[in-house]
Amino acid sequence: MAKTLYEKIWDRHVVKNLSDGWTLLYIDRQLVHEVTSAQAFDGLRLAGRTVRRPALTFATLDHNVPTDNQAVITDPIARAQIEALRRNCREFGVTLFDLGDANHGVVHIIGPELGLTLPGTTMVCGDSHTATHGAFGALAHGIGTSEVEHVLATQTLRQKKSRTFRVEFTGRLTPQVTSKDMILKLIGQIGAAGGTGYVMEYAGSAIRALSMEARMTICNMSIEAGARAGLIAPDETTFNYIAASDRPYAPRGAALEGALASWKMLTSDAEAAFDRTLTIEAAALAPQVTWGTSPGMVADITGRVPEPDQVAGYHKTDVENALAYMGLTPGTPLTAIKVQAVFIGSCTNGRIEDLRVAAAVLQGRRVAHGVRALIVPGSARVKAQAEAEGLDRIFKAAGAEWRHAGCSMCLAMNPDQLQPGERCAATSNRNFEGRQGKGGRTHLVSPAMAAAAAVAGHFVDIRTWN
Amino acid sequence: MKPFTIHNGQLAPLDRANVDTDAIIPKQFLKLIGRSGFGQYLFHDWRYLADGTPNPQFELNKPGHAGASILVTRNNFGCGSSREHAVWAVAQYGIRVIIAPWRQHHKDRLPGFADIFRNNCGKNGVLTIELSEAEVDRIFHAVHTQPGLQATVDLPQQTIVLHTTPEQTLRFEVDPGLKQYLLRGLDDIALTLEQEADITAFEQHHDVQCAGGR
Ligand code: SF4
Repeated sequence: MAKTLYEKIWDRHVVKNLSDGWTLLYIDRQLVHEVTSAQAFDGLRLAGRTVRRPALTFATLDHNVPTDNQAVITDPIARAQIEALRRNCREFGVTLFDLGDANHGVVHIIGPELGLTLPGTTMVCGDSHTATHGAFGALAHGIGTSEVEHVLATQTLRQKKSRTFRVEFTGRLTPQVTSKDMILKLIGQIGAAGGTGYVMEYAGSAIRALSMEARMTICNMSIEAGARAGLIAPDETTFNYIAASDRPYAPRGAALEGALASWKMLTSDAEAAFDRTLTIEAAALAPQVTWGTSPGMVADITGRVPEPDQVAGYHKTDVENALAYMGLTPGTPLTAIKVQAVFIGSCTNGRIEDLRVAAAVLQGRRVAHGVRALIVPGSARVKAQAEAEGLDRIFKAAGAEWRHAGCSMCLAMNPDQLQPGERCAATSNRNFEGRQGKGGRTHLVSPAMAAAAAVAGHFVDIRTWN
Repeated sequence: MKPFTIHNGQLAPLDRANVDTDAIIPKQFLKLIGRSGFGQYLFHDWRYLADGTPNPQFELNKPGHAGASILVTRNNFGCGSSREHAVWAVAQYGIRVIIAPWRQHHKDRLPGFADIFRNNCGKNGVLTIELSEAEVDRIFHAVHTQPGLQATVDLPQQTIVLHTTPEQTLRFEVDPGLKQYLLRGLDDIALTLEQEADITAFEQHHDVQCAGGR
């Protein structure tokens, strides 16, 4: 019978079918970070349980860590959380990429970099952006702390099969339009709950043409459409990424050859049936900017802030509340919106390619007066690579701040926060109220759009901006 | 986990769609490493003014809504991050049932709850009930007309009885597996560990690198 990619991966991981349509599914890799794991390890301790496969479990410190000076954690509560993870990793035998480690970084950036993220595997993490790893054809999704504990103890999850949703991006993107714009457009079209209950599969020529970095950006934001997982079938681009010399956990030699044979079968069969399908023409896409407090509140840069009763998928009052919070008036051209802050980073757009794009925009230019720009690499490796290429010097010369790796202003759990009312062009993934600091106003954009906004002091259409 | 059978409690309205987990429990409280004490921070940035006093405008602070244990809200509740702290905050505040509507959007049905949040609720004995928009509108209407309205949520019967005069009864659907799980207040991990022989057998032939049979 014809199968989708999702069904193929699922079938390879069924330990046992339980009653009522539930399945015990094997988990190949669990990634762990400081914020959602302490209670899970405590649970294990309390019940006298151990981690079943510590060698399949990898931890990092990313969410609450400072990005200016990582040698001293001044916040005592953050420090206690960091110390708890260190202790738990020691006690349960889990590998930790600690602050200062050459492999340290945001959990979804380091998984692929280290070769932990591999096609056909199942991956989980107590973090909703685990969907990122789906760019490799891995079935990857976020879980809550109870399930983190369940996977630690049993290396399995109790799951019900999701429905499948195939989105085909046909044709090719035009210059300066990026994968960030593809995913924002999709969310705008189907709504912030449009993918709930589905596993998304992204396909089509525009997807095939993307680098691994760009594919990760798309899968990363699947959750912003409500989907727990996003998948892209692996291909030569994927295999070349994994075969690169600096992926210490990827298979090598004969093991890689064997794996490749298995990975090449990871595509949806031509006749496979999806529960829902959608086609989007990539060439028609414009750079996207969110204007509201839900990622589905998004428009082309050429557009205007909408009238509250003219937003598909949102009630009038919800749009009114969003506009009041964002301090925006209907009818305002998006290019007239001024920003006071710019954040380039996060697991959505904190990879080396993203920084190269930002550097190309900032080269020889200055961040506008009254704008603070924060550039935060997604990992220590990204940081080292950027510095080797001299990108840090371009950023600093432009007047931007260059930081250490971490989640930083994506969720503002550390000192990197917006002030109340401050407006930010951000390359991260959530524009919720207060996401980047209480009262802060977030507009989600691509790295190029964020860098250009930093220079202009307001949003611009990167395609026509000089 | 505390079993859920029949719950009798007071309703409170939260008339907003897309309530995200950042709103349910803001990030500054995610640094806590215990599993308790989150209830006081539920909806923190909406619930309290800058000086720390209760915001009188916030729905749950309004007269007749304090002490509610059944929350009625709008669609896509709990979207955003996977933080289970959001559900701990809900449960520790005293909420045992959340009711939200699914919505029709073009040809698609948008669920009342975000996936991971709903899952996390199940693990913590919080019942999530999805109804149609018309039914949820009816509940909002009832609770607006009669603040402090009581309701009985009966999981075995899959009914909600609104104690208006006359009483109104609504039926709801629930996943049969989840229903059993909630009714019995089961421990997931203990349950799975009963299958340990199967897990071990699976591991014998499963390759975690290429994720296929060996
Ligand atoms: S960068 Fe942002 S979205 Fe990504 S893991 Fe960190 S907090 Fe979550």
